[in-house]
Amino acid sequence: VQDRCGCVLMMLCDGVCVQAQKLLRERLCHQKLPDQPVGLDSQYKHLLELLRRTAVHGESNSVLIVGPRGSGKTMLLGCVLRELMSLKEAQKNVLLVELNGLLQTDDKIALKEITRQLHLENVVGDKVFGSFAENLAFLLEALKKGDKSSSRPVLFVLDEFDLFAHHKNQTLLYNLLDVSQSAQTPVAVLGLTCRLDVLELLEKRVKSRFSHRQIHLFSSLSFAQYLDVVRAQLSLPPDFPDPKFSDEWNHSVTKLCEDKTVEEILRRNFNGSKDFRSLHSLLFLAVSRVSVSHSTLREADLIEAWRLISVDSKANVLHGLSILELCLIIAMKHLNDTYDGEPFNFQMVHNEFKKFIQRKSHSIHKFEKPVVMKAFEHLLQLELVRPVDSGVCKVQREYQLMRLMLEHGQVMEALQRYPQCPTDVKQWALSAFG
Amino acid sequence: MSRYITRLRMRRTYKWNGRPVGEDRKLKRQYYESMSISVEGKTEDATVSLGQYILIEGDDDDNPFVAQLLKLYTDDSGKKKTAVLQWFVRMCEVPQNKRKLLGRDPHPQEIFFYQDRSCDNEVDGETILGAVQIEYVPVQDPFPVGKSRDILFVKLLWDTKSFRALDPELMQPSQSPKSPPPSSRGPQTRALPTPDPSVMKRAMSGILTRGSMSTGKMSSSEAESLHSASKLSAAKALSAKRRSQAVSGPQVRKKLDLCSPSKNMSRDDVLGELLDERSEKTLTSKLNTSPTGRISISIRLTPLNLNKEECVSPLSSHSPDKPRMTAHDKDDAASVFLGVQPIEDDDPEPLINTGRTPRKREATPRRAGLRGLKARTPSRRKDSAALREPALAALAEEEHEDSPINTAATSRSKRKSAQLVSSRIKKQLNLLGNKIGLQSDGEDGDDDDCFIPSKIDLQSSSDEEEEAKIDSEDELIVKKHRGSGTSRSTEKTRVSARTPRKTPSKKTAPATPRTPRHATPSIPSRTAPARKPGNVLEEARARLHVSSVPESLPCREQEFQDIYNFVESKVIDGTGGCMYISGVPGTGKTATVHEVIRSLQQSAEQDEIPHFRFIEINGMKMTDPHQAYVQILQKLTDQKATPDHAAALLEKRFSAPAPKKETVVLLVDELDLLWTRKQNVMYNLFDWPTRRNARLVVLTIANTMDLPERIMINRVASRLGLTRMSFQPYTFKQLQQIITSRLNRVKAFEEDALQLVSRKVAALSGDARRCLDICRRATEICEHSGSQKNSSGLVGMSHVMEALDEMFSSSYISAIRCASVQEQLFLRAVIAEFRRLGLEEATFQQVFVQHQALCRVEGLQPANVSEGLTVCQRLGSCRLLLLEGSRLDLFLRIRLNVSQDDVLYALKAD
Repeated sequence: VQDRCGCVLMMLCDGVCVQAQKLLRERLCHQKLPDQPVGLDSQYKHLLELLRRTAVHGESNSVLIVGPRGSGKTMLLGCVLRELMSLKEAQKNVLLVELNGLLQTDDKIALKEITRQLHLENVVGDKVFGSFAENLAFLLEALKKGDKSSSRPVLFVLDEFDLFAHHKNQTLLYNLLDVSQSAQTPVAVLGLTCRLDVLELLEKRVKSRFSHRQIHLFSSLSFAQYLDVVRAQLSLPPDFPDPKFSDEWNHSVTKLCEDKTVEEILRRNFNGSKDFRSLHSLLFLAVSRVSVSHSTLREADLIEAWRLISVDSKANVLHGLSILELCLIIAMKHLNDTYDGEPFNFQMVHNEFKKFIQRKSHSIHKFEKPVVMKAFEHLLQLELVRPVDSGVCKVQREYQLMRLMLEHGQVMEALQRYPQCPTDVKQWALSAFG
Repeated sequence: MSRYITRLRMRRTYKWNGRPVGEDRKLKRQYYESMSISVEGKTEDATVSLGQYILIEGDDDDNPFVAQLLKLYTDDSGKKKTAVLQWFVRMCEVPQNKRKLLGRDPHPQEIFFYQDRSCDNEVDGETILGAVQIEYVPVQDPFPVGKSRDILFVKLLWDTKSFRALDPELMQPSQSPKSPPPSSRGPQTRALPTPDPSVMKRAMSGILTRGSMSTGKMSSSEAESLHSASKLSAAKALSAKRRSQAVSGPQVRKKLDLCSPSKNMSRDDVLGELLDERSEKTLTSKLNTSPTGRISISIRLTPLNLNKEECVSPLSSHSPDKPRMTAHDKDDAASVFLGVQPIEDDDPEPLINTGRTPRKREATPRRAGLRGLKARTPSRRKDSAALREPALAALAEEEHEDSPINTAATSRSKRKSAQLVSSRIKKQLNLLGNKIGLQSDGEDGDDDDCFIPSKIDLQSSSDEEEEAKIDSEDELIVKKHRGSGTSRSTEKTRVSARTPRKTPSKKTAPATPRTPRHATPSIPSRTAPARKPGNVLEEARARLHVSSVPESLPCREQEFQDIYNFVESKVIDGTGGCMYISGVPGTGKTATVHEVIRSLQQSAEQDEIPHFRFIEINGMKMTDPHQAYVQILQKLTDQKATPDHAAALLEKRFSAPAPKKETVVLLVDELDLLWTRKQNVMYNLFDWPTRRNARLVVLTIANTMDLPERIMINRVASRLGLTRMSFQPYTFKQLQQIITSRLNRVKAFEEDALQLVSRKVAALSGDARRCLDICRRATEICEHSGSQKNSSGLVGMSHVMEALDEMFSSSYISAIRCASVQEQLFLRAVIAEFRRLGLEEATFQQVFVQHQALCRVEGLQPANVSEGLTVCQRLGSCRLLLLEGSRLDLFLRIRLNVSQDDVLYALKAD
């Protein structure tokens, strides 16, 4: 009977655990908007007020939301729109058009997309998708028809705004901003971009029509606030179905955040970048390690996640090399040291390698030249070595100039970690001159 | 509504009749009494003489200008013939907004005595098309019913401001014995009874000329020809071409009748058939009637209602040859087209009167008279049918079950049999008492209500047949429209199909029906109206929005005056010209021009200056410079065309001479966008105004002062001319004035605050838009801060400062301050590396070494390469760093996008 009870308990626990994980994953994978954007209160208010005036008063506006990648521009806009749409007055009135500079790569596509999203195409059958010129005239006419008080306001959201500035003549931007500056259909043009110099991209006429309203998203969080955010992100909400589990979980999270190693990891992450996207990817890895068998988040999980995240991409490649290839890399490193970063060719590397074999090596075979060549080509394939100028192919392979794509430190670290690396090779690598 | 047989597209030659009656030595002019117009390929000459009403070639082919001929003279050389005229205007020539002054619907045949001294009353004699008949109707009298559609009625006088009763004395020359009808003369004169022009027209449409063939359109009904103005203009272009090529041969309207059997008849065929018909006809008619007599009589019969009764019986006797009557009519029409003018029969000129006696006139062949009568009725019916047709067909096509839809040919045959039966029935009825059966012909059912029942309805199968054709074709057209459009567009078609009937002028009427592509979409309207501004700050904000139209445009008085004078003088003189306006963005160029146009339009309303059209295009609002033609054409005439075609049409429009043409004021915004490699768009835009007859004023706007010198080739720049104007950036005083005038006593700003804004903007760009935007932002800031501490409620210095900071301060510094530790270190490393190298560029590898060293100094764990690259890329995406060749990995080239001082300043303050 007890066994069965335990089983049921396990099942229950299992269910709770999966539920908790699902909730946290949603949070960390940006599938759900947060209840309130963190640290962006003034920007939030500004944007909401602006859009509310467009929606309610029919005032045309244009605004740019500028912030580095991962700073929460789209999230901020999403939250503002969510609140805006909850207003009854705005809900029925506002039309939303969302464009992305990576999808609408030229004005023609963008115009079609706008027409589609405004549901104007069914006014005229499929004829509207005629020529670009007709399409533009069509849309402009549509927008011109409206006026401030009677037309429904249109919100144009331009993601990756800077890419729209590369369109020919910036026709789309000119026209949208011109509408926003004239007594036509009320529009709000919202640009999202990570480029600080976005205004310099705009043509002077387009620039003059832009209201110069910019909302910057620079996070000015201190580390303490950052820790609070981490705690909040990992905590389960009070309305979690199993209060016992959530209490336990939350307690473990609080303890975790107080841990020195964890704090050290988080600080490093914080130093690297303040945005939440990198934090989320770290926490996501940690949360994924939670299972039924250990249903709380422990510091080991976080350390492991950090290890995975912070590992150097090339170090992994180096681990898979053969001894011969590693020797060649060391030879290249010496050449770099000797000639101060000048490019080298295979012949030089081979000579260096031969010198090492003759003078110092006891354990390494004396490889034939073709074999060494083969190893070299493998390195070339892995792009650990790259030809200097790929344009010139006339040179024999042995004499083609190459560069090593590895930092000094990367080579040394790889050597340290290389399993069963011969001592003489290590010594050779450490010696000042080949 | 083209039913003027005089409107023939063919080469005409003009000759003086007789000797000059007077001479003005001073002016070296010789005056003449009449002029004969001979049409190439025709033997008959038409004569116009003083006092007679004539048609003048205008830019609207369907409605040639009407005038009374006052003087005819030639200059010294005798080459140039000039005519002095008294103009009449049609309703469609009256400006649209004045039409309602009439207070009633104009009669379709109504014209107005035109009294306006500003209008040039001298025209080239060679623009005269021919004579026309005008009748004076006293104001209180109704319009005579049942007259030929060819006669125009004058009731009122139009003096460009109002309609007034016309003093019959003004019409005096016409009241006196009418000027001679230039009836047909010559060896081959074969005047035939003149049937109703509309019938003739229809008949004529049976004949296809080369020109009209090439249009290849089957626009049979007038409705159709009016439907598509583009076709019309195509035909115009063709006819112009034909004229230049001196094509001889019967020129036919654009109307082609597909189902007509005589479709491919050449002129000779027609003549041949005509002869045959004549011989046949002479059997029925009195053989001895002279042709001239016949024609005059037939015309005189038209207005008379007396012969009706007598005409019935002959009809029945002619019934056997009824199916042939179509041909008859056609040929008759054709013969008239060949140069006979329908005019009144009183012919004072002995020249023409020869061989005609009153007696002969009396001896009217009955058939001729009959035809004249009978033809009239269906024409009206047809008109009304055409009027209703699209609508009705759209609504209930089932009504046309008797006129099959598939092909016009089948419809015709079926129709004919049905017609024969019904006409026979009608004949019976007619014989019994010809006042009953008139409605029975309303088989079409659809036009019954608007068919004006005349006392006798002489339903001949020919007429029916004609009508059947038209019906079915109308239907086809409608079907076409329906096929391509939604019900909404059909509705539009209906409306627009009706309008051009009343105002057929292409100039004024929105004649082109909206095909689906023309459908104008609009943003759906909101459920609740927008909220009005509630408090002072909101009010101020609404007024400060760039889009709100200010009551006046302060600070541009001088420029306003210059542009105004320029445009006004051109409009008054009826000449053309170009002006180039330059200035940095936001200095009020477009606004000033709009203001000028607004006030000019106002004075045009008050008739201080002649009316003009205003058209605006914007280089930024088109996808391709050549679209400029399309847009101009569309705004000018509401027709759609490809760029090349549009260019040709505009070219023609601006180079063709036409009296009474309106001046067009064209505003070309963002001129530099119209640059092409060959510069042909700009060339044309500046070349048109220099044409003698163009009456085009082009105002161009661009930003750079020396645009003509910089991008235009010489011949373009030279045509643009030197009328230039430069809008200086606003000074701070002007900016201040602009804001003050916009606010218009809404007290929302402190004086100092306003001054600060305007000084700041004036120092930076002088862009009024910027100034307004900053003020607007300041009101917002004020609103937010106002809720916290109770200040004066006005926008003060601090708010403005904040707004200015937001808009003008560089974001780089705050971006650096808010960057993460590693990012800041990396920037520092970049500077360190730059200093070490003495260059402004470094590779990632070099910077990374510095970065690691700095990390150690700062006591941080050094980042590895991947982390370093991430940091570097993030800075690159913000454009704090400029990165080049990101695929080079370690050898990525790094430059700073901010000055080193700025970076150091930002990092130090941290």
